[in-house]
Amino acid sequence: MSEHIVIVGAGHAGGTLATQLARAGDRFRITLIGAEAWPPYERPPLSKQLLMGEVPTEKVFLRPESFYADKGVDLRLGTEVVSIDRAGKTVTLAGGESLAYDRLALCTGTAIREIPVAGRDLPGVHYIRTIDDTLAIREKATPGARVVIAGGGYIGLEAAAALRKLGCDVTVIEMMDRVMARAVAEPVSRFYEAAHRAEGVRILLETGVAEIGGNGRAEHVTDSHGQVHPADIVLVGIGVVPVVALAADAGLAVDDGIVVDARARTSDPDIFAAGDCTRHPNALLGQTVRLESVQNAVDQARCISNELTDKGADYAEVPWFWSDQYDLKMQMAGLPAPDDQVVMRGNPDSRSFSVFYLRDGKVSGVNAINVGADYVRGRKWIGEGRTVDAARLADTEIPIKEV
Amino acid sequence: MPVIHITNRAGAESTLEAESGISVMENLRDNDYEIDAICGGSCACATCHVYVDEAWAAKLPAQDDDEKGLVEDEPTCKPNSRLSCQIEMTDALDGLKLTIAPEA
Repeated sequence: MSEHIVIVGAGHAGGTLATQLARAGDRFRITLIGAEAWPPYERPPLSKQLLMGEVPTEKVFLRPESFYADKGVDLRLGTEVVSIDRAGKTVTLAGGESLAYDRLALCTGTAIREIPVAGRDLPGVHYIRTIDDTLAIREKATPGARVVIAGGGYIGLEAAAALRKLGCDVTVIEMMDRVMARAVAEPVSRFYEAAHRAEGVRILLETGVAEIGGNGRAEHVTDSHGQVHPADIVLVGIGVVPVVALAADAGLAVDDGIVVDARARTSDPDIFAAGDCTRHPNALLGQTVRLESVQNAVDQARCISNELTDKGADYAEVPWFWSDQYDLKMQMAGLPAPDDQVVMRGNPDSRSFSVFYLRDGKVSGVNAINVGADYVRGRKWIGEGRTVDAARLADTEIPIKEV
Repeated sequence: MPVIHITNRAGAESTLEAESGISVMENLRDNDYEIDAICGGSCACATCHVYVDEAWAAKLPAQDDDEKGLVEDEPTCKPNSRLSCQIEMTDALDGLKLTIAPEA
């Protein structure tokens, strides 16, 4: 009899896992449970192409909606799982229905971090996590619409770029003294600040949101310096938190993420977890990490699929990410630390340059802006734990392959 | 409908009735030809890597620097390597022949 695999969460990890397992034919019976009404889709376009209206909604689906039924996957959308009974090996759905599993995979992802200020519940305060969120913003993002964005991270800045393209008037409010401070080195932050300002975005640094106000709906944002910014749209992008309640309530180990091993196994041998919701060891990085990335979601889902099909191998990939803003495509690899040595390669004025990060001489990270070759090489070097000479790396006369 | 002749990773050949106006990658992905296409066609990874039959190479859109940078460093790169997300399927490509590259 087929082994019944129940996958909770139909995002990038859950969708990928279902697709991979379906290739094993009759070996598995697969149930994929999603809280949203949409089939598994890609989230990166939510703050980019989908927000700009460059692509129809179906274009962001991981697979056509009919794919799952065609492959025998029981896709249950608009469905919440409320509890796991580990002893009885069942999950209970919001309607009370109980589903028995042989193996369970938790791909519950993240939830938005709410902004802790007065007025946060007013209509007109938006976040970007789902297709519905993006479509709701797009509907109001007419030329001239005033948008105040709380948070100068990837989501806030990508949305700023998209909304400028739509002709909106955009203000970004960032608490730190530079944008994307958590993710990139200062020269990269400064470059992006300048790029956004040149496109007409107002960026306020070292500024917080004190209050969102309005008469029955969000109409203005008061910042921490007391300045009031009128707003037709308030967009909050201040990060996400892993969705771990289901796992924690079931007594699984949780530590800012569902704790899994290098094979994506939780503390229960019949329960796996993948994607943004997990904290996992990575031998290449020499630490446990929780990553918010498509790459991790897909690779960890594959790790589960391999484990279930007797091809198990430890998961240890170099993390990689990307961000598109205007004509700037930034590709990033590794997890640099704040005190890593920063090496510039190329001139930011050319809008094509890279920043490498070295820890004890070894490459720990790369941010490549419009220069794919540097990204590819950097990612490889991180995986190899390679030592490079900082002076040669900074010298663009030396081709990257010969550094 | 134009067709694509595909050799999959296991070496099996098949013919796909393809949709024009979307990328070759989307045609392969949506019909479960075992490519991951992790970045969704943003030319930010190389998980839609294919080998295009020599006879078709000249008929395809040229490779830009981004694609070249990504694909050239794949250990499985060959002279006829392409990222299938960077090739839009058109009626002119009816009969396109390609092989899915092995997983890197």
